[in-house]
Amino acid sequence: MSSTPLSPRKSVPAPKISTAQRLREALLSPNAIRTVSIVAFLLFWEYFGRRMDPIFMAPPSAIFRAAGELIANGALKKALIQSLWPFAVGMVLTVVIGIAIGIIIAQWRLAEYILDPFINALYAIPRVALVPLIILWAGLEFAGKVTILVSVAVFPIIVNTYSGIRDVRGSMLEIGRAYGATESQIFFKIILPAALPFIMAGVRLSVGLAITGIVVAEFFTAISGLGGLIVEYANLFATAKLFVPIIVIALVGVVLTEFTMWIERRLSRWRTLERERF
Amino acid sequence: MADDTPECMVVYEGVSKFFPIRSESKKHAPPVLMVALDRISASVRKGELVTLLGPSGCGKTTLLRLTAGLLAPDEGTITIGGTQVTKPRKDACMVFQNFGLLPWRTVEGNVEFPLEIDGVPTAVRRDLAREFIELVGLAPFRDHFPHELSGGMQQRVGIARALMRRPILIFMDEPFGALDAQTREQLQDDFLKIWSRTAATVLFVTHSIDEALLLSDRIFVFTSGPGRVERIVDSPVATERLNGDVHKHPAFAACRAELRHMLRSDEP
Repeated sequence: MSSTPLSPRKSVPAPKISTAQRLREALLSPNAIRTVSIVAFLLFWEYFGRRMDPIFMAPPSAIFRAAGELIANGALKKALIQSLWPFAVGMVLTVVIGIAIGIIIAQWRLAEYILDPFINALYAIPRVALVPLIILWAGLEFAGKVTILVSVAVFPIIVNTYSGIRDVRGSMLEIGRAYGATESQIFFKIILPAALPFIMAGVRLSVGLAITGIVVAEFFTAISGLGGLIVEYANLFATAKLFVPIIVIALVGVVLTEFTMWIERRLSRWRTLERERF
Repeated sequence: MADDTPECMVVYEGVSKFFPIRSESKKHAPPVLMVALDRISASVRKGELVTLLGPSGCGKTTLLRLTAGLLAPDEGTITIGGTQVTKPRKDACMVFQNFGLLPWRTVEGNVEFPLEIDGVPTAVRRDLAREFIELVGLAPFRDHFPHELSGGMQQRVGIARALMRRPILIFMDEPFGALDAQTREQLQDDFLKIWSRTAATVLFVTHSIDEALLLSDRIFVFTSGPGRVERIVDSPVATERLNGDVHKHPAFAACRAELRHMLRSDEP
C-alpha cells in the first residue's frame, strides 16, 4: 500500500459528551456542592435549634420571623443607616488619607523619617485600646464612629501604597526619563499606575477592617447602629433578634468585599497577565 | 577639525565615566573610582548606523546612556548636532534591552506614550500610532497588552514607540539580545528596512559580532578594563546589507575573523 500524504488539520471534532455524564458534572459542580452544604447546615441548625433553650440558640425559622418583625417596625433600617452612613464617610476618608500618607512617605525620604516612628507606634498598638480615648475626644456618635473606623482601617492602605510605589522598578522610571517626561508625568503616568494593584489590595484589606471597626465602635458606644442592636438584644436575651444584625453585617461584608475585589481585578488585569506568563 | 563638520551627529571629546568601587578589603586605603570609560573621542556621522561592540562590562552601554543624557560624563563632552548633552533630548529616542513597555498600557497606549508626554492631542497621536504600528507589522494587535505578545512583537512595539517623534537619533541597547535566533534575524532585517526609510542616525549596542557586521556602517570595537574604543572598523558589507544574504559575502567571513581576534586578544 502506498502512503497517501496527510493533509494538515487545523482542528478536530471534540468527543461527544453523554447526557448522563453532563448531569454528573452538573451535580458535582462546585456551586451545586456549595448549595447542598448550605441547605444541609440550615436543616441541621433548624433541627437542633428547636431543641435548645431559646436563650442560647434560635433556629433559622425564628431568626427569619425576627427579621420580618425588625424590618416591619423599621428598627433594622434605622440601625443600617446609622451604621452605613459613618461607614461610607469613614471609608472615603480612610482611602484618601491612606493613599496620601503612603505617597508622601514613599516619595519624600524626609517625610518618611519624620512620620514613620508614629506610624509604626500606632500600628503596634491594638487600635481597640485607643477606642475609649477616641470616644472621649470625638464623642459617641458620628464623629467617634468615623474616627475609630479610620484608625482601624487606614494602615493597610498606607503600607500598600508605600510598598507599591517603592516597588516600581528603576527600569520602568527610566522609560519616562529617556523619553523626557517631567517628574509629575513620571509620577502620574508610571509610578501611580504601577502601584495601583498594590493600593487596591490595600483597599480590599481595609474594607474588612473597616467593618470590624464600625461594629467595635458601636459596641463601645452601644446606642446606635447594627453593633448597637447586637448589644441591645444580647442584653435582653432576645437571641433570634440578635442573629439578624449579625447576618446583615455578614451580607454587607460579602457584598463590599466582592465589589472591591471586582474593582481590583479590573485595575490589575495587566498584572494577572504578567504573572500568568511566568 | 573633522569633528566640527556639519556631517557629524554625535561627537565625543575625551569622555570618561567613573563608578565607585565597593571594596571591603582595604578599608583604610584612599577611596578610588573605577574607570568605566577612559577618554573616549570619536564621532558618529549623520544618517549612519554605528554599533558599539564589545564584551559585557566594557562600558558600551554606559556610553549609550551618557549619549542619551541618562548619565553625566565625569570628564569630556558629548554633543548631538552641535549642542552639548545635559539631559535626555526629545528628538533622540531609546529602544530598551528588555523592551521597556508599560504593562498596563495596550500596544497603542505604549506607542502613543512619547507624544502623550509632549502634549500632542489624542486624535493626532492615535493616527500616528496606528501608522507606526502598521509599519512594524502589528496592526491586528493594537489593543493587546504587552504580556499577550511574544518577545519579538514586544520589541516591535518598542521600535514603533521610538519612531513616533521622528527622531534624528535612535539609541538601541542590545534590543534583540533577549530574542531567539530566528526572531532576532527577522527583526534585524525588518529594522534595517524601516531604518533605511528614515534619515535617523542609529547607535546600536551589541555583543554579537554577526549582528554588528550585519547592521552597521561602522563598528566601534570596545576593550574593557578600562573601557575604550580600541578600533573603529568600516563594515565591508555596508552596501549589501539591505539586499540579500551578507553572510555569503567573501569579506564577511574575513572581517568577522578579524573582529573576533580583536575581542579575544582583549581577554587577559
